[in-house]
Amino acid sequence: MNALPDPKAQAAQAPGAAVFELIEVEKTFQIRPPGRRFTRETIGLKALDGVRLRVEKGTSLALVGESGSGKSTLLRVLLGLDAPTNGRALYHGRPIRDARAHGRDFARDVAMVYQDARGSLDPRMTIEALIAEPLRHFNIVPKDQIKSRVAELLNRVGLPTDAAKRYPAGLSGGQVRRVAIARALASEPSVLVADEAVSGLDVSTQAQLLTLLRRLQQDMGLTLVFITHDLGVASFLCEEIAIMYLGRIVETGPTDAVLNAPAHPYAAALRAAAPRFFEPMPEPLPGEIPSPLDLPKGCRFSTRCPAAQPDCQTRDPQLGRFGQARAVACLHPLASPET
Amino acid sequence: MSDTNLLTVSDLTVHRGAAKILDRVNLSIAKGETLALVGESGAGKSTIATALMQLLDGAEVEGRAELQEAGDLLSLPARQMVKLRGRRLSMIFQDAGAALNPAYTVGRQLTTTLRRNLGLTRSAAHAKAIELFTSVGINDAEARLSAFPHQLSGGMQQRVMVAIALACNPDLLLADEPTSALDVTIQAQIIRLILSLTRERGASCIFVLHDLALASQSCDRIVVLYAGQVVESGPARDVLTHHRHPYTRQLESCVVEIGRHDLVAPEGTVPPHDQMPKGCRFATRCPRALDRCAGEAPPLTPANPAKDGALDHVFACWNPE
Repeated sequence: MNALPDPKAQAAQAPGAAVFELIEVEKTFQIRPPGRRFTRETIGLKALDGVRLRVEKGTSLALVGESGSGKSTLLRVLLGLDAPTNGRALYHGRPIRDARAHGRDFARDVAMVYQDARGSLDPRMTIEALIAEPLRHFNIVPKDQIKSRVAELLNRVGLPTDAAKRYPAGLSGGQVRRVAIARALASEPSVLVADEAVSGLDVSTQAQLLTLLRRLQQDMGLTLVFITHDLGVASFLCEEIAIMYLGRIVETGPTDAVLNAPAHPYAAALRAAAPRFFEPMPEPLPGEIPSPLDLPKGCRFSTRCPAAQPDCQTRDPQLGRFGQARAVACLHPLASPET
Repeated sequence: MSDTNLLTVSDLTVHRGAAKILDRVNLSIAKGETLALVGESGAGKSTIATALMQLLDGAEVEGRAELQEAGDLLSLPARQMVKLRGRRLSMIFQDAGAALNPAYTVGRQLTTTLRRNLGLTRSAAHAKAIELFTSVGINDAEARLSAFPHQLSGGMQQRVMVAIALACNPDLLLADEPTSALDVTIQAQIIRLILSLTRERGASCIFVLHDLALASQSCDRIVVLYAGQVVESGPARDVLTHHRHPYTRQLESCVVEIGRHDLVAPEGTVPPHDQMPKGCRFATRCPRALDRCAGEAPPLTPANPAKDGALDHVFACWNPE
């Protein structure tokens, strides 16, 4: 993923070199004004505002941000479940909604692991039936090979073969996540999108799943889009990171570079808030994420920013290049770009 | 044990049907100390906290939990326990949204505690509630008192819980994963808030945590639990940097710190209660297991036998690191 290609470079590149490309994507939901339950009036809630993102083939990208930052909306746009209100969302150079509407190729190629893995599996189907479903739907293997393919997939995600006959209720939280991953891999996708696939698990189970996901990504050459709120997970699993705040990407670039020397004060605050062994707890960010219905003037982070200057309240910074591979939306970045 | 201990738990055992959820747990906490209970799900961390509050349903509880000037928390009659809850010990739950009553305003839930436990008048309780909300960092406290829980964010709900828990100045606070449902920046706010408020009041705090790094930042001592047993406990720095039990190492090696690219995932999971190994419960997953481990349960042993063993670093392993 190249954070922010300049227009010339973009023109030079063959269209569709990126798996996903979001250009100035905006998503506005029409909602009733809060507190006025019986009105017909609606107001716009901008869940995404000017998101630019490129996901190149074979890379792994972590989307990081607090609740309310727009991660899940971005995911819905990537999967074609929501059309952007403005801007363009492309999959191999084609609008995602189009790609999704025509044929089964998009659904087959882009697989999803949901946050609530147990909720995403039908409790009345056996594990075998659950994994066989996408195999049949996409005609992946002839009918007589379904059983052996299911066994192969179970093996690949580290589940015993006898799990096939069991129901989701009979499996532990970690095992259920493995089933969800096996089911996602059944259609032989090239892109895996995972929403908090390892959150809420014990550390040892989480470590098992993380090593599994990394191995799968490397062995199968998957493109991975991984939503997480855990910077440690992002740094372990993903080469690239995009940090979101209130519907915008505020910093993006190679994970190690961004986390070693965050340029955006919000990225720095997230970095500091992550627990670290025996480090004294840092002064946390004041306040909470503001309501997207009542965006702060100027930079949307200025109300909580420890490094805010007077001009931050008047000028709204755009995501701009920062060194070679990084981009940051800040008027006064913390680090200086390395060339 | 030393009489400076605020709470001394000895041989706490909890059965639920045939399953032994806790097995002879011993721990103690001094006045003003913070203690972390860490371990995987099913280790019994939350069970300890709920047993101390006498909130465990449908389980048999054995052992003693001596709270200074109150007696054995486990055997006190319900009538007396009611008087202790809130005043001597209180609890913060993992999911504040579920723990608060959705049908009452948060102000009413706080003033009820104040009026009932401290016997304040309506107006005095109102004034105290505003003071408490301000002290837990809720802006515009007076207006927020009339909010219902669903109108508040997760972080605000947890602040309300902290306010209710600390309303009557208890000397022991039990915090059961108080931040696992919150964003990291809010997590840092809440943990710091709990620490500064308990410190201010000279209260002790038992945190139930699953994040070892967070435990190292916030707690004086750490108790590592595995399958209902204490496997290692002691001062946080000793337990985490000079751990003797292989399970402590395993837990620690699973923490994904930023910038970490090597991660050796452990094999297997905690055995179910009906298939618990006879000897050391960790033996089936232990890389250092000996023949002896399978048949004979190791006792808690002092790591530094020279020092007084009670409050010090102890571990239960036949083949320690």
